Amino acid sequence: MNAKGTESTCCSRLWQTIAAAAALTAVWLILYSNLLTLSKWLTYDLLSISEGSHFGSAVEFFIFEVPKVLMLLVAVVFAVGIIRSFFTPERTRKLLSGKKEAVGNVLAALLGTVTPFCSCSAVPLFIGFVTAGVPLGVTFSFLVSAPMVNEVALVLLFGLFGWKVALLYFTTGLLIAIISGWVIGRMKLERHVEEWVYQAIAGEAEITSLSWPERVAQGTAAVRDIVGKVWPYVAAGIAVGAGIHGYVPENFMASIMGKGAWWSVPLAVAIGVPMYSNAAGIIPVVQALLAKGAALGTVLAFMMSVIALSLPEIVILRKVLKPRLIATFVGVVATGILLVGYLFNMLL
Amino acid sequence: MKKIQILGSGCAKCNQLTELTEVAAKELGILYNLEKVTDYAKIVSFGVMSTPALVVDGRVRLSGKLVSVEELKKLLQ
Repeated sequence: MNAKGTESTCCSRLWQTIAAAAALTAVWLILYSNLLTLSKWLTYDLLSISEGSHFGSAVEFFIFEVPKVLMLLVAVVFAVGIIRSFFTPERTRKLLSGKKEAVGNVLAALLGTVTPFCSCSAVPLFIGFVTAGVPLGVTFSFLVSAPMVNEVALVLLFGLFGWKVALLYFTTGLLIAIISGWVIGRMKLERHVEEWVYQAIAGEAEITSLSWPERVAQGTAAVRDIVGKVWPYVAAGIAVGAGIHGYVPENFMASIMGKGAWWSVPLAVAIGVPMYSNAAGIIPVVQALLAKGAALGTVLAFMMSVIALSLPEIVILRKVLKPRLIATFVGVVATGILLVGYLFNMLL
Repeated sequence: MKKIQILGSGCAKCNQLTELTEVAAKELGILYNLEKVTDYAKIVSFGVMSTPALVVDGRVRLSGKLVSVEELKKLLQ
């Protein structure tokens, strides 16, 4: 045994943690950078599938993409989990209450990306914001950005399309959230919020501050929770994608979802809104469609409408919003998504 | 007698929190009265914005996440 092991001070524990983190990072990097070689070796040497066959390219794609995306997810979800421990909904509400509209919309959209959010708590969050004096439009900017611009969507986009598409998604997602919130604010729809919301008396929960070990624990919990939940979707989605990769002919989607078809964007949004899926399930399919000649704008519009506007969330929000406000909300956000779809089809 | 309230309107995590809390309370062997609060106006009155939440004797002890039974035991005492 090592004699140094007897140092039982705070610092030896700290060093242990740092060493463990460094070791884990190193293992992660080595594995990640060798995935392509590994997947080729597994497919063609170990499973001895003939190179160049449809089946071979499908299997290689699957064996490469699944661990790659999952490894990226683990790393990013952990980091975001730690960042999120700094942004509780209570703190975000404090930052947003009493803000002027334009500035408030921008801030709300940005905070929406880092504040922990689950569509199941959309209602208490909405009431909490509105009764604390956060303007209605600013609240909507938050409610649009929180589900749409999330780390799982960004990781998948980065992993399967590269950083340019991920950045485009991030920026346009924020813009849609900012602008649609601002538009809803301008429309003065406060009276279309259910009356009882404004009569609700929101209490103030105490804001507790966390220690670093607690933040790391939250990061780990986020990995267990999120990656534990989405990995089957990632695997299933990539399997479908792999099938399409290997078998569906090149440019098959071009006639249906290509740039030439003007109606493809509205159709993609119309199909996307009632669909309910998380980013993890939808993106690998989207990637396969794109590879077969679908236009990027159309595909992004489809994805955004699936993630940002979902039927279950609309049903939940009906408890606090009257039908007209719901319809406006869906209409404004869908219009934003349409514009983004057309814009990308035009530019790229 | 501890007054335990679980805030949340029927999400999967709310039910899980209820089960875990009951396990924790039984393991501690305390007398308790558990109530599920599903009314949004009432949930918000505690200042809670992310569900599920755990309220013990009127104090919010946990919000927006699940923790282990061991952790819950500490929060219940």
